Amino acid sequence: MQHVEAGLSRPAVQVDALEKRFDRTVALAKVSFAVEKGELFGFIGPDGAGKTTLFRILVSLLKADAGKASVLGLDPVRDYRGLRQRVGYMAGRFSLYPDLSVEENLTFFASVFGTTIQQEYKQIAPIYSQLAPFKDRRAGALSGGMKQKLALCCALVHRPDILFLDEPTTGVDAVSRREFWDLLGELKHGGLTTVVSTPYMDEATRCDRIALIHRGTLLGVDTPAAIVHAFDRPLLGVRAQQRYKALLALREYEHANSVYPFGDVIHYTDDRKEPIDALERDVRAFLASRGFGDATVDALEPNVEDVFIARTSLDPGFRMPDPGKTPS
Amino acid sequence: MSELAIQASELTRKFGDFTAVDRISFDVKAGEVFGFLGANGAGKTTAMRMMIGLLSPTGGSARVAGFDVYTQSEQIKRSIGYMSQRFSLYEDLTPRENIRLYGGIYGLTLAQIRERTDRMLTRLGMMNQADEAVRSLPLGWRQKLAFSVALVHQPRIVFLDEPTSGVDPVVRRQFWELIYEAASNGTTVLVTTHYMDEAEYCDRISIMVDGRIGAMGSPRELKDQFGAETIDEVFVKLARPAA
Repeated sequence: MQHVEAGLSRPAVQVDALEKRFDRTVALAKVSFAVEKGELFGFIGPDGAGKTTLFRILVSLLKADAGKASVLGLDPVRDYRGLRQRVGYMAGRFSLYPDLSVEENLTFFASVFGTTIQQEYKQIAPIYSQLAPFKDRRAGALSGGMKQKLALCCALVHRPDILFLDEPTTGVDAVSRREFWDLLGELKHGGLTTVVSTPYMDEATRCDRIALIHRGTLLGVDTPAAIVHAFDRPLLGVRAQQRYKALLALREYEHANSVYPFGDVIHYTDDRKEPIDALERDVRAFLASRGFGDATVDALEPNVEDVFIARTSLDPGFRMPDPGKTPS
Repeated sequence: MSELAIQASELTRKFGDFTAVDRISFDVKAGEVFGFLGANGAGKTTAMRMMIGLLSPTGGSARVAGFDVYTQSEQIKRSIGYMSQRFSLYEDLTPRENIRLYGGIYGLTLAQIRERTDRMLTRLGMMNQADEAVRSLPLGWRQKLAFSVALVHQPRIVFLDEPTSGVDPVVRRQFWELIYEAASNGTTVLVTTHYMDEAEYCDRISIMVDGRIGAMGSPRELKDQFGAETIDEVFVKLARPAA
């Protein structure tokens, strides 16, 4: 909805049928999408989905085999010099100088772009204020969360028009991840376009729009709410004292479509098209007949991970046999 | 179930002036799935390295699989399995070769190795990939194989350090079913993770804060204690009490 107006101007990123393979491995298979100016746009997918390859192509570090890409109206191959001045890129691996202090790293990255920390202070202030107490510490001795904040700060110090952050929160604890996303929210507020990737599906809700990516293919691009809304069957949440045994029992239910543990709840979908209260009743009765009289069954709102699982399970070549089905 | 797999009392590790692990005490029962949580830098890795016999404590005591962490670290290493996110398999070797290598290191006979190799590969549905380099397998498959390899010598306790990081959501769940299965066969599991939903799968969890155990109990108990809906909320309240 908010994109109608932005759609009149050129998108910040426009990608059409982009392809990349490494030997026999297809890293990107005809990927197409657009990111509007000012958007916080997330690529959600596991390791090996193609996120890093895509980002490297867009920031001019890797050439695509086929297809078109434009970033800020520039071609990442032809206009790479101009583009590099205007993008901020944070690589997936920690890529700062571990032996330099926090302040030295920042000063270095500023000088590479012909500027200084003082000149750019306004842009980096919200993040730098959190790093300031550690400015003399070696970057290698920072905690995981702090390292990522420093890397973000370094990617911002030349005041880029667009940020590409490749898995900035991987391996970072839940609290630091939350703080990192708060910072991205602040940057968005200032009008910065940000493209970010993550394997943590719960982070999807922090984005304006997301693309689900798996094995080089986009499984969907939309707002998190619309992605979840597209989940097309009733979802039931099952709780039982003997959770693992109840899970194995549900797998044997003749109408079971999918059965997965989500924290302390089992997410269950049924292959019948019946009203949800009828399904609830049937599943409860089945569980009671298997000795799980304490089980509760309730309608649930699906989340992004449910959608991701449902869409990837349509890919029969990918799955190995489910070990849960044949207990030894 | 009353037997203790791990018993730590006032366990401490200092590095110079810095106390990485500060007098932690806890027990893990045999067959339990115990979640070991904490923010980056809270001391989890140091604590785990003491438990698996790679680092000597500077104070307190601990027994792992019945052995003393100060004097019997070799016996501990033989009685446990270990799998980390970063390194667990040789990627140039095939699944079959990795199993043989680890089986050999742990002193299994060739007959035992042969029998367990077949059983493991069948169980994982990987018979067709048995002779391909591990490098060519998807991450999720590698992680499931690594878990099985960590169990090849049938250890009493297995330590898993962020085993599911970056793994796709279906495989992540299949991985946890392997954990449940191992636990139901009596193996004790101690696991670290940054996925807060996974914390809910554990029988009990401890949350480390600045080198100490900030909270410990079943997920239900901790949520009640902190008046929280999820373990994620408990974690936030503990790790950033000021926030």
